[in-house]
Amino acid sequence: MSIEDRIASDQPDSFAFSKDNEAEIKRIIAKYPKGRQASAVMPLLDLAQRQHENWIPMKAIELIAAKLDMAEIRVLEVATFYTMFNLKPVGKYFLQACTTTPCWLRGSDEMMRAIKDRYQISSGQTSACGRFSLLEVECLGACVNAPILQVNDDFYEDLDYQSTGALLDSLEADAPLAVGSVLGRSGSEAAAGATTLAAGKPAKATKKRSAANA
Amino acid sequence: MLNDADRIFTNIYGWGDAGLKGAKARGDWDKTAKLLALGHDEIVERMKASGLRGRGGAGFPTGLKWSFMPKEVKDRPHYLVVNADESEPGTCKDRDIIRHEPHKLLEGCVVAGFAMRAHAAYIYIRGEFVNEARRLQAAIDEAYDAGLLGKDAAKSGWAFDIYLHRGAGAYICGEETALLESLEGRKGQPRLKPPFPAGVGLYGCPTTVNNVESIAVAPTILRRGADWFAGLGKENNTGTKLFCISGHVNSPCNVEEEMGIPLRELLEKHAGGVRGGWDNLLAVIPGGSSTPLMPKDVCADITMDFDALRNAGTGLGTAGIIVMDKSTDVVKAISRLSYFYKHESCGQCTPCREGTGWMWRMMERLVRGEAESHEIDTLEQVTRQIEGHTICALGDAAAWPIQGLIKHFRPEIERRIAARHAVDAVNAAE
Repeated sequence: MSIEDRIASDQPDSFAFSKDNEAEIKRIIAKYPKGRQASAVMPLLDLAQRQHENWIPMKAIELIAAKLDMAEIRVLEVATFYTMFNLKPVGKYFLQACTTTPCWLRGSDEMMRAIKDRYQISSGQTSACGRFSLLEVECLGACVNAPILQVNDDFYEDLDYQSTGALLDSLEADAPLAVGSVLGRSGSEAAAGATTLAAGKPAKATKKRSAANA
Repeated sequence: MLNDADRIFTNIYGWGDAGLKGAKARGDWDKTAKLLALGHDEIVERMKASGLRGRGGAGFPTGLKWSFMPKEVKDRPHYLVVNADESEPGTCKDRDIIRHEPHKLLEGCVVAGFAMRAHAAYIYIRGEFVNEARRLQAAIDEAYDAGLLGKDAAKSGWAFDIYLHRGAGAYICGEETALLESLEGRKGQPRLKPPFPAGVGLYGCPTTVNNVESIAVAPTILRRGADWFAGLGKENNTGTKLFCISGHVNSPCNVEEEMGIPLRELLEKHAGGVRGGWDNLLAVIPGGSSTPLMPKDVCADITMDFDALRNAGTGLGTAGIIVMDKSTDVVKAISRLSYFYKHESCGQCTPCREGTGWMWRMMERLVRGEAESHEIDTLEQVTRQIEGHTICALGDAAAWPIQGLIKHFRPEIERRIAARHAVDAVNAAE
């Protein structure tokens, strides 16, 4: 992907951190030794992105460079190297679908199909309504609960076609489902029942997939 | 099967309170000062005696790694850096430690940091683990409030600070020197070694980078004794380990088991067995995506430990076990991994930057059979040109899955090529 494709052509004229974020920036920089403030570049890019509807305008890159006494190109280099920094707008719900082998083996194609059927979008595109953006991503590190869809900050796990649809319904209604496994797993214990740590096992059972959906 | 009494991570499924109160009830932070009173070198000696090998993939002895730090702190401070950039496909154990057992990791940082004469630790967590980072930060704040971290950590007289640093989506930052580059505010591109981090690491200072699990088990090992840990598992492959079982099993799960457990027993006891039964097994990737797959006949008797898997031509890696049953398009499964490595190559070394893309495109042709048989050999040779010719091990990691595929499934690749040729011949005749 060329740099032109990654950076929004339509840019705001200015960017300033909020008062709360200015205070947060001081706390972040204090984590690192004196003179090593460049270490704060990733946290600051993240702050800017969170403040600015999930994408970082070029004015924020310039501001961060000035704050950390870095060359602007060094900040832009970091912003383009790491995939989580968005340099152009994304929808309110940023759907990051893991399709790496462990998720693929557990049916990530079905999860993707549920999203594509509904919004007619493929990876890198935003729905006609503008609220949903889809990105195919690499291993999200929750393989035992595959397949995984990350919606903004949250992981939804153990998805299939039907449960992905239910999740999208909930997002459309701005009432997202509870984060985590749609089967109700608390963590990475076996859905059929954990085989260890019997003493700590809670009473409630995990939900079963319906037969039609197994 | 390992007894629950010998399990270190008793809240790994998050059934109990992950906070300080729950952690203390499970034995964390119990007289931490007494552990530190053993002294820097004695802690290192005991970790060596336990036989613990690094849980991040390479399996280097943890105590020995700690011993590489200078014995005296001179003009440069020492640092502990915890690698929580868990991104190896098939691996999701550190995530569970962070969200359900964060205090084991924090106490481990104090113990390990003290052993290597560091007063600060940075925990580098992958950016996608947003909620996990929030949980960990909450645990750090709790530990400071309780006096377990700070100027007099756990009343030991040793000052110790822990800082959390979030990544932003780059598998390569799991490589220790790329992680350090990233932590210093740059692109995550690995450094040449030597110098090794123990000499010149974070900010040019002596640094040790350890995996989350390696650090989190340290306090329990010291409390229960090196002998206890060394008595579990097999010689040179001691202790317990978190295994992540994903893919085509009836009940994917994470489970703490004894090192050296037979693979079949692990899958059948804890993960409900292979989907469709053992005879429906095609292959297993035993230690995260970088480790070459094993066909069913190897899986039957293999034990899950560093040495047995190395002898079988693969590795324990992170113990991320990816199971594939007979419904799997195995060429496509490996091709998808090739795409992963292409996507994650940092672009610094030519053999990896160019080679990962080349191998992936070649693999995609093999998925469709659009190749000549001799090209399988060409691909194999190219993997050898990449392996060992790059600064870091990502090039190796991209080469190994393909080598494993060719070694064990060459007839399947050739069958596709022949089938494709047959279709082409029919089309040409029409």
